[in-house]
Amino acid sequence: MTALAALSRLLTTLVTLFGVAVVVFVVIRVAPGDPIAMMLPPGATQEDIDRLRALYGLDKSIFQQFWIWVGGILLGDFGTSISLRQDVLQIVLGRLPATLELATLALVMAVALGGALAVIGTLRRARRTETAIDLWNGMTLSIPDFLWGLIFILVLGVVIPLFPVSGRISPQLDPDYLTNFLLIEALIRFDGAVIADLLRHMTLPALALALPLSAIIAQVLKQSLKEVMHLDYVMLAKAKGFSEVAVIFREALRNAVLPTLTLVGVQFTFLIGGTVIVEKLFSYQGLGNLAIDAVINRDLPLIQGIVLLFSVLFIAINLAVDLAYAVLNPRLRHG
Amino acid sequence: MTLTRRALMGYGAAGLGLGLLGGAPARAQSGELSIAYNVNLPSWDPTVGPSAVNPTIQGIYQSVFDQYINQEPDLSFTGGLLTKWGWTDDNTKIRMVVREGVTWHNGDPFTAEDVVWSLERAGAAETGNPIQFVWSKIGNYAIDGNVITADVLSFEPTLFKWMGFLTGYVLPKKYYEEVGAEGFEAAPIGTGPYMVDRFERNAFLTLKANPAYWGGAPAYETVTLKFVTDASSRVAEVESGASHITLEIPYEEYDRLRAKDGLTGTTTPVSDIAMIFINDVDPMLDRNVRLAMHHAIDKQAIVDRLLSGYGIPIDTLQTPEYAAYDPTITVGYDPEKAKALLAESGFGPDNPVRFKIQTTRGFKPKDFEMIQAIVGLWRRVGIEAEIEVYEIAKHFELRAADQLAPAAFYNWGNSVGDPATSTGFAMFGPSPHSVWDGEDMINMIGPLWGEADEAKRIEGFKAVDRKIAEDGLVIPLIQYVQPIVHSTDVTVTPHVSGALHPHRVKPA
Repeated sequence: MTALAALSRLLTTLVTLFGVAVVVFVVIRVAPGDPIAMMLPPGATQEDIDRLRALYGLDKSIFQQFWIWVGGILLGDFGTSISLRQDVLQIVLGRLPATLELATLALVMAVALGGALAVIGTLRRARRTETAIDLWNGMTLSIPDFLWGLIFILVLGVVIPLFPVSGRISPQLDPDYLTNFLLIEALIRFDGAVIADLLRHMTLPALALALPLSAIIAQVLKQSLKEVMHLDYVMLAKAKGFSEVAVIFREALRNAVLPTLTLVGVQFTFLIGGTVIVEKLFSYQGLGNLAIDAVINRDLPLIQGIVLLFSVLFIAINLAVDLAYAVLNPRLRHG
Repeated sequence: MTLTRRALMGYGAAGLGLGLLGGAPARAQSGELSIAYNVNLPSWDPTVGPSAVNPTIQGIYQSVFDQYINQEPDLSFTGGLLTKWGWTDDNTKIRMVVREGVTWHNGDPFTAEDVVWSLERAGAAETGNPIQFVWSKIGNYAIDGNVITADVLSFEPTLFKWMGFLTGYVLPKKYYEEVGAEGFEAAPIGTGPYMVDRFERNAFLTLKANPAYWGGAPAYETVTLKFVTDASSRVAEVESGASHITLEIPYEEYDRLRAKDGLTGTTTPVSDIAMIFINDVDPMLDRNVRLAMHHAIDKQAIVDRLLSGYGIPIDTLQTPEYAAYDPTITVGYDPEKAKALLAESGFGPDNPVRFKIQTTRGFKPKDFEMIQAIVGLWRRVGIEAEIEVYEIAKHFELRAADQLAPAAFYNWGNSVGDPATSTGFAMFGPSPHSVWDGEDMINMIGPLWGEADEAKRIEGFKAVDRKIAEDGLVIPLIQYVQPIVHSTDVTVTPHVSGALHPHRVKPA
């Protein structure tokens, strides 16, 4: 990427973020629900209402509020949450690691499962196995993640109680870690008890998020593999006597994976969006769960902070995917 | 490399093994109490911000903090951090006696200064206490030993009831001034039966028993409140044995779980009612229409068919536990009378009166379904109502602006049990909670705000309720029943306020 391209990308990002800031600010103020009306006690007079409105800075015009908010952000001040009465940035950054770890685990599961199904489907193409895989993909794709979550809660949480159905970590464990990236830090510290506990809590929500994505990956990768399997260089490898599995892993997969990579990047952002409902369902202590509470409480500064952070996250993911694509695709790498 | 069936099975087994790391989930331990709670706790200061006026959170606050005056499970008032309280004969002063021998969770002695500081802080506009309009009605405090006197700046007959209600908590003056608001949020202390051990917002709260609690140490040394806001997940928590207790689950699930081995439950009528606000706009200006709406609703059938029998039909905004409940005020189910009333105003099944009714959906048990059923019953007598679903936040906004639809479903909580905080605020036109602006109500309720004669005040509100029923100014529907499911290993004492108090849970 040239310096000019990088600068252009940075400017685009800034414009996008400003656009998001404007849209989210306007939308949540136009949307029904007044945070002050939510906390009005019985017997409150108009004076009481005005006092509370002024206390939370909602007595100013929407333009004044917007510029105060934007000015604060430029200085690193995202405001104070109305319901939690804490610094928004601190709250949001505190929750982000939990969501990132969950989404990443879900992505790993989706890639592993989808990739395995794609490879098996390619190996057993035009046989019953492929039909079964297509059926399975169709089913997993047609069931939304939150419904998978409910099914897992019922089957693996209640009928066969193998996994906890709520929370991120057992209250009995109190890891004194430096960051909120508990899983990553536990892995670095080789803290087996914490790793096991975190994974047990994350398995069901991550699986619920992963299944629909795994189906997409399986379908796209399988199709790409089947196309690549007919190309000359693959046929040559086969003619040299390499096994079907070796041909797929050594020759076909590298080229077939490119369209899947782009797709995974886009789908990963959807997967993070999916954490909102799934985290709520599993009472998982992440950003999505926080977002729902913020919306219910009409906590305007917190909603704004969460949406803006999600935007930054999505932009970063897309950038990472673009870079990965450039690295993996020789045509882009060599200009 | 070849992919054999054996290799595939091996990978599958490895994956399963990873998933089962550490075996089955931790079940609720004996000696410890685990509760799957239905709400999150956003903030620890019980006197400031939206949490302070959220009734569902008060049970958590009451585990850690004490109120000036406590409420027994039946809503009767009893000593909290005050042992005596009252007005002087001329109602110009109040006198409060502070409980002795109480300590804060950090070991500091609890004093009368803590009470005065808490009351002054609550009454100061800059602290943001939502009930400041009540606390600011007293001032000029004087302390003599454990006796506090204060001037009555403006007479508020419900003052002492508020001391056992929203924001009526005593906070530690010395500690709060030392650590500040942020420090208090990070490490709150109170004088209550439990001490905060660990708090993970949106996840769980671990409480440790306060061995020095003035009311006696609670039965469980450790209590974990898991914040599980999804009802189906709460059902799974208690069904899988991961939690001992849960509450606020669908009634069908309550019946199913209660029938299972190792689980039992309680259902208690609580201080929360379903009602339909009537806004005094066309066609609700017609008394016949309003009364016909009320007479056409078969409340018992709604309770039986939609709420599995868990609910109590009511005809006024008072429930039997409230101070101004009057069982003689009734508005019966009478569809023929409803038809006759509508006919008097020129309406009928062939020429129905039309209006909009707003309702939440999923905010309270079967709220939307109840309104659907009511609209069906109305249609039979000549009322055609169009349902509009809105969020509860929208309801608050519209109600504060007096812009609700002609009819609007809502639930009204009143754990203090006083008619001022039910009928008073709901039906007094100038109140931001009322959408009925009629002069009759203003003239009847107005004088009751400052009425010093308690018996006269209560009788006055009963008269208001009778007038409301006669004129059909609001449609009370049902008193909610709270389901609590719990392990047979514990006994639970439910509270009519709906608060689940861990210190009222004992081993079976």
